[in-house]
Amino acid sequence: MKITVKREEGFVEYEVDIVDSTLLQLLNIIKTTQDNTLTFSSGCRSSVCGSCSMRVNDREVLACSYKVQDGDRVEPLRNVPVIRDLVVDMDKAYAFNAKAKAWQKTISEGSEVTQDDEKVNEVQSDCILCGSCYSACPVYAVNEEFLGPFALTRTWKYVSDRREEDEKSKIDTIQTNGVWDCTLCNECTMVCPQGISSKSDIEKLRSKSAMAGYSDPSFANSFGGGFGFDGSPSF
Amino acid sequence: MLRDKSDVLIIGAGGAGLVAALNAKESGASVLVITKEYPTRSQTCMAQGGINAALGNAGEDSVEAHIKNTLKSAHGLAKEEAVRLMCSEAPNAVKWLDSIGVCFSRTKDAKIAQRTLGGASAPRACYAQDYTGLKILHTLYDKCMSEEIEILSEKYLLELLKDENGCVCGAKILDIRSGEIENYKSRAVVLATGGYSRIYDKNSTNSTASTGDGIAAASRAGASLVDMEFVQFHPTALKNSSILISESARGEGGYLINSKGERFTNELAPRDEVSRAINEEILKGEDIFLDIRHLGEEFIEEGLPQERKLSKLYENVDPVHDLIPIRPVAHYTMGGIEVDDSSSTTVKGLFAAGECANHRVHGANRLGGNSLLEIVVFGKQAGLNAAKYAAENSSESELQEVSGSIYNLEEQQSENEIDFYEVREHIGDLFYKNVGIVRKKSELQMAQEEIKEIKSKLHLMGVSDSSKVYNSNFVEFLEFQNMLEICENVVSSALKRDESCGAHYMEDLS
Repeated sequence: MKITVKREEGFVEYEVDIVDSTLLQLLNIIKTTQDNTLTFSSGCRSSVCGSCSMRVNDREVLACSYKVQDGDRVEPLRNVPVIRDLVVDMDKAYAFNAKAKAWQKTISEGSEVTQDDEKVNEVQSDCILCGSCYSACPVYAVNEEFLGPFALTRTWKYVSDRREEDEKSKIDTIQTNGVWDCTLCNECTMVCPQGISSKSDIEKLRSKSAMAGYSDPSFANSFGGGFGFDGSPSF
Repeated sequence: MLRDKSDVLIIGAGGAGLVAALNAKESGASVLVITKEYPTRSQTCMAQGGINAALGNAGEDSVEAHIKNTLKSAHGLAKEEAVRLMCSEAPNAVKWLDSIGVCFSRTKDAKIAQRTLGGASAPRACYAQDYTGLKILHTLYDKCMSEEIEILSEKYLLELLKDENGCVCGAKILDIRSGEIENYKSRAVVLATGGYSRIYDKNSTNSTASTGDGIAAASRAGASLVDMEFVQFHPTALKNSSILISESARGEGGYLINSKGERFTNELAPRDEVSRAINEEILKGEDIFLDIRHLGEEFIEEGLPQERKLSKLYENVDPVHDLIPIRPVAHYTMGGIEVDDSSSTTVKGLFAAGECANHRVHGANRLGGNSLLEIVVFGKQAGLNAAKYAAENSSESELQEVSGSIYNLEEQQSENEIDFYEVREHIGDLFYKNVGIVRKKSELQMAQEEIKEIKSKLHLMGVSDSSKVYNSNFVEFLEFQNMLEICENVVSSALKRDESCGAHYMEDLS
């Protein structure tokens, strides 16, 4: 099996005699038997630590859960600085969680969470911060300060949680470089290994924002403002 | 290069490290956390089964029963006071996690859902589907962000630094990204660096990062290690990839069967017993399978979604319709850095919590659901006591430089006459066979000799990558050397314990 990997010096081809393998297994074989300098991150091997996200044939994947195919072209994530080969610097991306204040502000004193409440943010709390959505998001081409899909999903996780009593301050925080900057293109949803749709979480946050009296700044002079960039109603 | 000074330096950003950070900060200490990965990528995220607390939400339970079960599984090696503290604090620990936003699964009457894991007399493990560790870890990370705790990623612990009085007062760190070596000064250090299951290499469920760096560094700094021979083998890892299939699969009613389709053990006995039963069958030539087909698709999808996904990916089987091929592999290391009832190690200024520490709550065999509990209860204890120590020992002291040419990349470059990656894999297989589920004195001695031999050839191994920037070949070689030190300790501890006890099972005792 042959794959090409984007490295500092350009695309490098590797050939390994293996079938039915995950991309991570293959990269480990190359690293330990062919080329000690090939650099990538990995951890759990079971799709929960989010270390081995990368792009294969222009699509974000977790190397540990992707079955590698002959001819695959492997590259690092986009929208983040490459440190070396497939390793990227996630610091700025992760800092958007703090900028979005994606945490529970009020300490809950035994508020009752039902099975229905639990379902509201069960999937959102499955996020592994692999950054696939961040890499796939086209907004960063025009706005580097966009809070981005995973941070906004995290915000929705807390906004939708009945244990959070200060929903308003969460909504206030995500008005600038936040919910209205998303183009609702749905790329984030398409690449999420955990089946999370940040796009729909952002739509729900827009609806909450509208209820809190905010409106889409690009429709500042029109009624309501409850419409996304593509004109679809957002609620 | 001397970096920022903090009152408490926490090394490791898994559950124990983050809980320690939150508590140290709350007591007024300035806190810095460093991790060789990122804060949400640690081993904690892999914990699936749950966190034990005798809440009695799903059936009658009591703190006393939790204590009794834990002590029984520990085979006399646990300290009753420590177990009592952990189990009594458990309901508060879960209540606290719930209060900061952990998305636990719920019962019909809006309580935190609980299920039965091996060795427990009641449904005691609070869970969040099979993502319990993931959801706890990420919520702790969010909480740390809200408290503005600084966490520096991709920094690797080389050595602990001491002052002229021999007290730990910082750490020597390799910045993986730049390749620079940095000294971080602090009044107290908390190690929360995880266990050493990766000495078994591919025969382990653990993340490739579980290389015992903190334990090895603590030992070099003079801290005592205890009960290092106790390694827990989890009964059900996927046969080919060693990926964990959670104990909850058996807790919910899964069977273990052999090639003939026969059940051969009590699936819910403690992990050491189940692993030995499986091992015995495998030695008879049987293939062993986990059978959860009878639980039904809806149930599997709801309660064990990861298990289904991973079985499909790695073994090409769908647990809804097929048997899951499994074998026991190294999963958790009970041994670790000796600590007292304030989480202080035997070296002043150095504290430890989580899997790297030995709080004597697991003894010879840990119960499922007690490790997530341990990181919350003892992470808190370590954080509070480190902050207290820092406040009481605020006088300025001189850092004593440690010499360590092994941290000089140039000196580690070599012709690689012997490939350490091959040796690493070889040691993993050797330990699985000779220092594994069932041990014999002669085989332990053989392993000990071999480790000695490998150590003597260390100068023939080295790093072939010369890059300063993100040299993972170098980091993996440093990890390998830490694992060698741990291996020596594990096998010599095993030889010293001339009895069968929990996970340390000796076959040829005469």
